[in-house]
Amino acid sequence: MAATIIKNGYVFDPLNGIDGEIKDIFIKDGKVVASLSGAEARDATVIDATGKTVMPGGVDSHSHVAGAKVNAGRLMRPEDHYKSVRAKTDITHSGSGYTVPSVYKQGYDYAAMGYTTVFEAAMPPLEARHTHEEMRSTPILDMGAYMVFGNNWFIMRYLKDGDVEKAAAYVAWMMRTHKAYGIKCVNPAGVENWGWAKNVHGLDDHNIHFDITPREVIRGLAEVNELLGLPMSLHLHTNNLGHPGNWEITRDSLQITSGMDPKNKTEVEWAETKENARRKQCVYLAHAQFSSFGGTSWRDFGSGVKGLVDYVNGADHVVIDNGAVPFGPATAMTGDGPAIHDLYMLSGQKWANCDIELECGSGVIPLMYLKGSPISAVQWAMGLELLLLIKDPWKTIMTTDHPNGGVFTQYPQVITWLMSKKARDDTAKECHKWAYDRSSLGGVDRELGLYEIAILTRANSARTIGLSYRKGHLGVGADGDVTVYDLDPTKLNVNDPATLMQKFARPDYTVKDGQIVAKQGQIVAVPKGRRYYCRPYLDDTLEKEMLVDVKNWFKYYTLGFSNYPVPEKYLTNPVPIQVNKPLEAVVRR
Amino acid sequence: MAEIVLLPKGKIGINVEAEVIRPDLMAGKPKAEIEGMRVWQGPVQLPLKEFFDVDVRGAAAPEETTIIIDGDVSRVKHIGHGMKAGKIEIRGPAGMHVGAEMAGGIIIVEKDAGAWAGMEMKGGLLQVKGNAGDHTGSAYRGSWRGMTGGQIVIEGNARSQVGAGLAGGQIVVSGNVENFCGMRQGGGLIVVKGDAIRGVGAEMAGGNIAVYGIIRQFSPGFVEMGREENPKVGDFPLEGMFVKYTGDYAISKNPKGLLYSKEV
Repeated sequence: MAATIIKNGYVFDPLNGIDGEIKDIFIKDGKVVASLSGAEARDATVIDATGKTVMPGGVDSHSHVAGAKVNAGRLMRPEDHYKSVRAKTDITHSGSGYTVPSVYKQGYDYAAMGYTTVFEAAMPPLEARHTHEEMRSTPILDMGAYMVFGNNWFIMRYLKDGDVEKAAAYVAWMMRTHKAYGIKCVNPAGVENWGWAKNVHGLDDHNIHFDITPREVIRGLAEVNELLGLPMSLHLHTNNLGHPGNWEITRDSLQITSGMDPKNKTEVEWAETKENARRKQCVYLAHAQFSSFGGTSWRDFGSGVKGLVDYVNGADHVVIDNGAVPFGPATAMTGDGPAIHDLYMLSGQKWANCDIELECGSGVIPLMYLKGSPISAVQWAMGLELLLLIKDPWKTIMTTDHPNGGVFTQYPQVITWLMSKKARDDTAKECHKWAYDRSSLGGVDRELGLYEIAILTRANSARTIGLSYRKGHLGVGADGDVTVYDLDPTKLNVNDPATLMQKFARPDYTVKDGQIVAKQGQIVAVPKGRRYYCRPYLDDTLEKEMLVDVKNWFKYYTLGFSNYPVPEKYLTNPVPIQVNKPLEAVVRR
Repeated sequence: MAEIVLLPKGKIGINVEAEVIRPDLMAGKPKAEIEGMRVWQGPVQLPLKEFFDVDVRGAAAPEETTIIIDGDVSRVKHIGHGMKAGKIEIRGPAGMHVGAEMAGGIIIVEKDAGAWAGMEMKGGLLQVKGNAGDHTGSAYRGSWRGMTGGQIVIEGNARSQVGAGLAGGQIVVSGNVENFCGMRQGGGLIVVKGDAIRGVGAEMAGGNIAVYGIIRQFSPGFVEMGREENPKVGDFPLEGMFVKYTGDYAISKNPKGLLYSKEV
């Protein structure tokens, strides 16, 4: 493969401590290299980035882009599609959909916006095949998916028995079987109760039949995560999500993993970085905005962000993504069936719900966030408060929890609000007065710079999910994923939000593995991305014991045991990551 | 005043999608430019002159421009889609989506119109002298917010889902309608001079519906409020003795929808 040089740009590469230095980036055979030979340099594709901003390719660590609930969102919302269409070109497929685009459109839209890596945030085991099928058809992007475990019958049973090791053996086998990348925990112990039209509301509520509490599930899954040594930490969607006053249970949930030791036992080659590229967190809180509501009802509803932020600022084991609300249409989709039902009771809109056998559940509804709505206005403010009030940017990641809070194509708008106090004030003027009255956002003067934006959109998202061995930076050996924005940092005018937003929406170049894939919003190449998944191993004897249990309870499934696994042929360019091999001796308690 | 005459050239095979047939897009343009406007037929884009002979008589502002389509365009879709001003006279049957999302101006169809006539209309007048198809003045599939303003007049019959999701504006059907007229209605007025089959006002939460003829299967979620003679709905006068209902209690505890059914 020919070489690529990105010449003379202002480089923002936080994992290497590079803050706007003028540098050339050299890429050979898809990887960043220190230099090129004379002959290689002569034949290289040269991108002139003079006066422009250069960052590693964007990494989205939490998005809903593949699988059964995403497709349910497409199916139930034809009105989401007919005005948002993309015509085919010689190299791209046609596509449609605004809040839930078709898989092709998703891939092109992400790439056109400078993102090269996107992770699906919730894959139910039974829907793994569907998830991989959709990822297989998504062009350009490197992807992976987190598997939902927080209400899994085997997990609840083993953790109730206090058998963390057997739970870990189960998780390891499941991740290999279904090609999953990380552990997701959604409304622990609560979704199981939803099968009986109930929920749990406190960390020490015992659920039906399994008699387990959210606290035990969170603690147990975090222990499983570190016992196996997965690249990312436990990814948590807290209880009581979407309910006024839930910030306290969120804080208490984060406390559960305090004092745990993050262990990454992967066998990968680490690209060079100046900063430590290994994750520091033991819990990665998903879409914190939906979990930091204040008040006690919708009448006295307000931002509860401050309480949560005070905790996060003093804790070293937490990373959050914000789940911003940039206004407009959205489609709420989550494994938290009861939370979606509560929203449905408020909106009266159409609603889809699914029970996923022994594993989890899900719900989908259309939503509209209006500037004139007091609740939406506060949620908008909260999403930004989280990223501006948490002092250390290495504890935060910018998302919209696509398509729950907003659509990923609105990221440039969110970035603009973070970088410009004027942009926030302008929007607040158009909003219901609760936006500033019931949050502290109006009093926040902080404006993030390009270095911090690079942390929030690539460096920290990659580090948090353990992908910084190759993504989220431009050190030697890293993937040649680069975004070139037409922004001159020396002439940055944050008081012109419209221009800023437009520049982030349409980077001059998106480079993936050294190849230019998008040029000013036009897709110019459509390589196939990679699919990352983990292959953790534990103790063979333990695994055999565990499999006896699984086969015994498989009578409760609607499919046969031999049809359960997803073979690797469903993955394009699979990248299995060996975890915990050679086997670390397991001591059972 | 200016006139643009489009004369259909023989029979059309695959339906043509011609959103460009709009007075506000064609006004003041020379013949050659109008002939060259692109329309879709299946997967290919072709110039308008493939399907029409174009005759331009004068040039004027959109408001003063009339497009006359002199023939059968039942296989031409989206005529006047989104138009804001001017007039279109169709001297034959029109295809699907005529006047969809129109915001102003007038469209007159001398014969029948296809499905989705006046879909999600915002303003202006759409008059169909023959029959109209399904989804007249309704919301797009999946959407619960349909027409918000303007007026649709159907002199013949219309089929199912007339004014579905109606939020504003007025639809008057001189003939009969079929199923789910005014389904999910939240505002506006639908008047049916003939009969309806079933589901009139199903899941409506606001707005008004009046049916002069017989509703064969009345929706169960409506409660009788009393009788009124020659009631006025907004500024629209109804003639005769009507029984007034409110509903649909199937969808809301406090629905504001009103359904007037004429005593027979």
